[in-house]
Amino acid sequence: MEWTRYIDPLLQGCWVTIELTVYSTILGTLLAFGAGMGKLSHNPLIKALSVTYIEVFRGTSLLVQLFWLYFALPLLGELIGLDLRFHPVTVGVLALGLNIGAYGAEVVRGAVQSVPRTQYEAAKALNFTRTQTLWRIALPQALPEMMPPFGNLAVQNLKDTALVSLISLGDLAFRAEQLRNLTQDSTTIYTMVLFMYFGMALVLAALMGLLERHVGRWRHRRR
Amino acid sequence: MNEPIIRCEGVVKRFGELTVLDHLDFTVDPGEKVTIIGPSGSGKSTVLRVLMTLERINEGVVYVDGEPLWHEQGAKGLEPASEAHLRKMRQKMGMVFQHFNLFPHMTVLRNLTEAPRYVLGLSPREARQRAEELLELVGLSDKAEAFPSQLSGGQQQRVAIARALAMRPKIMLFDEPTSALDPELVGEVLRVIRSLAEEHELTMLLVTHEMDFARRISDRVCFFDQGRILEQGPPEEIFSSPKEQRTREFLHAVLHPEE
Repeated sequence: MEWTRYIDPLLQGCWVTIELTVYSTILGTLLAFGAGMGKLSHNPLIKALSVTYIEVFRGTSLLVQLFWLYFALPLLGELIGLDLRFHPVTVGVLALGLNIGAYGAEVVRGAVQSVPRTQYEAAKALNFTRTQTLWRIALPQALPEMMPPFGNLAVQNLKDTALVSLISLGDLAFRAEQLRNLTQDSTTIYTMVLFMYFGMALVLAALMGLLERHVGRWRHRRR
Repeated sequence: MNEPIIRCEGVVKRFGELTVLDHLDFTVDPGEKVTIIGPSGSGKSTVLRVLMTLERINEGVVYVDGEPLWHEQGAKGLEPASEAHLRKMRQKMGMVFQHFNLFPHMTVLRNLTEAPRYVLGLSPREARQRAEELLELVGLSDKAEAFPSQLSGGQQQRVAIARALAMRPKIMLFDEPTSALDPELVGEVLRVIRSLAEEHELTMLLVTHEMDFARRISDRVCFFDQGRILEQGPPEEIFSSPKEQRTREFLHAVLHPEE
């Protein structure tokens, strides 16, 4: 069994998977905060935009979104005279980020709403505006609450990157498929891939754990 | 005589079927220290919450510092106040809550500087200086970098008093500031409130069950019952020779709970 021969190409795939995960998680986090807070906004336009975004991306399949952005959007662009062909990496990051952002938005909204009413009253008594109260008082307190579900979403996102192999991106799943076609050594290759995803997920979960401790450092401290 | 700084005229507040303030008339003079006592559910906390704009009123008019609080002067008389008006009016008041309500994710120092910086627009240096003076006033200079969860209840409440004062309010509202404290911590908070009561300019409204304390610091004591003021007067009068039967019963129950 020449499993060592597979290491190099698979590691190259891992690197693409990591890049996709990092970029799309960053994009998703930004979208999650934007849309989550937007859904709590009193501005009807911002609220409607946020709700629409969340429902559309939660309500459709990631695979279809990916194909739509990669295959349908360029054709649509041609019709209206715009070049909407993007690099597969861009499409992958966009689809994954938009998807995880929609789920994350609900996490943000829920956590902010769980901040006790008395905190809002204290903020009002100090004359903070509604927006200041949301961003300065409520959101930072809600952060530790968000971290466990965010951790889940990040790991979910890592695993979802495997879908981008279907738009010919050279991620771990894509490399595995290539090697398997070449060697027919399915058992070895997929076992290795399994462990590689698992290893990356462990590292990601550990990182999220560290982040959770950091944002919650004001909690549970006693004299 | 000065214009009153607070004037409630026929104020009604209902929570569903329940009438908490029942055509309340109530005035406070500038610099006056008023203690509000009364049984639970008599509307005493609600008065403070109405003044702090935490509860809307259903009827009546409240004037603070010469201007209607919940209304604005419109073309056709008084109209419901805009958020801009409410924000202007809130600036005149500060509130101390029963459960402190400090911001748990901020250090003590940031609890004190956040609103002065971002609401009043003070520079970081000015806000910090103001906060340090106030921490000294409440005797907690050494706790500037601590988080609220690292402080005792009494310390937290002193920080909360400093936080409200940092906004330089004309009126301070204290809503049962010692009711949530362990008995041995009550004294340190009352000492801070008493030192404030010596300031002539500051108007203070205090809802409390600490009768001895009320007697010592107030210019006037108001006994609330069923959403109105049943009896009010100088503390010696209210505590020594209350006229109303309900007041006597209440004071007896509070001062001699075992009988």
